[in-house]
Parts: sequence; C-alpha cells; structure tokens
Amino acid sequence: MSDIVDARGLSCPQPVLMTMEKIKKVKKGEVAILVDTDTSKENVSRAATSQGWKVKGVKPDGTGYKVTITKKVNGE
Amino acid sequence: MLRKFFASRWGIISVGAFIGVFATLLQKWGNPGNMGICVACFERDIAGALGIHRAAVVQYMRPEIIGFVLGALIAAYLFKEFRPRAGSAPIVRFVLGAFAMIGALVFLGCPWRAMLRLAGGDWNAIFGMLGLIGGIWIGTLFLRGGYNLGRTQETYTSVGWLLPLTMLGFLCLMLIFPQVQGQEKSGVLFYSLKGPGSQHAPLFIALGVGLAVGILAQRTRFCTMGAFRDLILFRQTHLFSGVVALVVVAFITNLILKQFHPGFADQPVAHTMEVWNFGGMVLAGLAFALAGGCPGRQLFLAGEGDGDAAVFVLGMIVGAGFAHNFGLASSPKGVGPHGIAAVIIGIIVCLFIGFTMRKKVA
Repeated sequence: MSDIVDARGLSCPQPVLMTMEKIKKVKKGEVAILVDTDTSKENVSRAATSQGWKVKGVKPDGTGYKVTITKKVNGE
Repeated sequence: MLRKFFASRWGIISVGAFIGVFATLLQKWGNPGNMGICVACFERDIAGALGIHRAAVVQYMRPEIIGFVLGALIAAYLFKEFRPRAGSAPIVRFVLGAFAMIGALVFLGCPWRAMLRLAGGDWNAIFGMLGLIGGIWIGTLFLRGGYNLGRTQETYTSVGWLLPLTMLGFLCLMLIFPQVQGQEKSGVLFYSLKGPGSQHAPLFIALGVGLAVGILAQRTRFCTMGAFRDLILFRQTHLFSGVVALVVVAFITNLILKQFHPGFADQPVAHTMEVWNFGGMVLAGLAFALAGGCPGRQLFLAGEGDGDAAVFVLGMIVGAGFAHNFGLASSPKGVGPHGIAAVIIGIIVCLFIGFTMRKKVA
C-alpha cells in the first residue's frame, strides 16, 4: 500500500512542494503522486530523484499521470 | 528522444541560449535597445495598438507575443500536451497580472528584459534583478506557508483555444490594417511614429522568432521567475541554468554585434532611479511568484490550454492600460507621477492575497 499525493489541478510549484513534504514525512517506502500535466510529471520526477528517491514508474491515470517513487531504508 | 532532450539540462540551456541569440538579433533587426524580447513591454505595446491606453510612443501589435502563444499551441498539439483547464482563482490571476505589469513598467521591463538589459551593459538592471529576486523570495515564503491558488478543472477544448484565437485575431488585424508610413492610425489599430513603439523588426521575422521561442519554451517549461523560485525553494538549478544561458549568450551576441554599452546613464528605455528600479521589480517578482509563472511562461501556458494563465495575460494588458492612463509607468526621465504610490498599493494587494489564500488543499 503506497502513500498517495493528489496534486491534480494544482499548478507549479504545488505538486513538487506536496511531494517534498510527503517524502520528508514518510522517509522511505513507496509514494504515488497524481498529477495532470506533463510539466508536473517532469518536475515531480526531477524533485524526487534529487532527494535520493527512484522513479519506479509513470502510468497514465485518467487524463493525467500516476508517478510512483520509491526509496529503501539504505537509500537504494 | 526529442521529448527527453527538452526535459534535460542541456535542453533548457539550449533554449536559453536560443532566446539570448535571437532576442539580441531582434534588436539589430529593429526592436528597441535591450528590448529584443520584453513580454511586459510588448503586451503594453499591444494595449497601445488597441487603444487601451493612448501613450503615443508605445503603440504596436507585437508579433513576438502572438508567436509565443501560437508556438506553444503548436508544440502542445505536436506533443499531445494540450490540456484545456481553467477555474483556479481567475480574478486573483487577473489582479496579479495587472500589478505585475505595473511593477514591470515602473522598472521598464519584465524579467526577460531585465536580463537583456544586464547583457547589454545597462547596470540599472542590477537593481531590477535584485528586486525581482527579492519579490520572488517573498513569494516563496508564502508558498512555504501553504499559499496556493486552488485546483483547476478540466474544461472544454474551446476554453483553451480562446487566447490563441484572440492572438490569431490580433495577427489578422495587423495584416488587414498594416502600418501606413507617417500615419498613427491604420483602421482600428494605433501605431507609433516615434519612440519604442516605432522600433520593430519586420513582422514576419518577429513572428517567426516568436513562434520558435513559443515552441521551444513550451517544451522546456522555460520560466524566468521559476528559475529563481526553484533555486530558493528547492535548491534546484534546472530552470536557473536556462536563464544563465540566456544572459551569457545574449552578452556574447551583444559583444559581437557591438551592442554592449556598459554604464548607468543614457541606457535605452531605462531610468536611473535605483530604489524604484528595485521596488518595481519587487512588486512584479512577487506577483509572478504568486501567479506561478513569469509573463513569458504565462503566455506559453495559455497556449497549451491554461485558461487561468490566459486571464493573467489579459490582466497584464489591462494593467498596462492603467499604467499609462494613470501615469504609473516610468519613462527615461524617471518614475511616473503616481508610480511610487502604485508600487506600494500593488505590494499591499499582493501581501493581502498571499496572507489570505493559505488554506491547505484537501
């Protein structure tokens, strides 16, 4: 079961802010971020990577995307 | 492949460099000094061409702006990114657009032009850039505190087409009523006989550069406000590398074209009142940060279907009307008679918006 961040309909930089807030809170595991623009998809992926998370997958979700990011305990 | 390149650091650097080269070339081809591309000035000129204000020296339907929106529309369709959306606090975006324009016209330039002025040796722009960064920094404090404009809604395709169609309409007006030598009016459009509005590159060159920039900037999400915001907020240098490329390449191109004239005094379309060069851009930077994009980015967003960004653009055009009708805009002589009051009021309005729109989104 992954944590979900619903950033659909929110403009820059809200999706990234919400993602950062979430990954600071959960520290590891799997987080799914729902976004509705390609810009947000790219920004969220870039931000997660910069925090040592991995983008596990990007799937179309409705008219937007579901970006799944993961981080293991040892930071892999 | 292409999609990946544009999202990469080299993608944004290339586009920044492209803008740097062509903005300075536009100056050589006829645009005013250090004003190859200035979104605020050009929207102000459009307001003048339409008669929304009657400042005789700044009236011209700038094809670059039309190209920005239509280029972004083309790119959005080519890459299947056109998403009609609207409904995220449109009135707030309108007001922010109007005050962003007023702040920019007190400085005499948007962030794009601030960088071009810097690259041309106009050191007054240093105060403008510092103000811009200060305004954006205040904006990031609100963003950290939970400020947001709320969610957009998906909407009809036609909603996303309205601003691009408006721009297409403006282009038609230009073709139907072209400038007549020595005449300040052609059909319904106003033209300038002297001043910055009379200085412009040939229509199709300006439109071509505008279209190219629109396409490239839509792909890379180039944003002069986001560059500093992301740096302050997330220590991210992605967008920032784009604006650095713009300044560096514009500087080199200016050197080659012999357009680099360092100094404070007698710079083209600029004044030397440091405090209000700074203050005007604090207002503009804050308004852009609260609205989520620089004036160029708002045009590109409007081109990819964002109806709220379109409202911001209209706010800027109407703001230009107020700026010139009320004596808020500066001139090379200095700030307008009511420019200082307008900057103070604008900052108060932005703070009001920032402090009162801090509800956490569900």
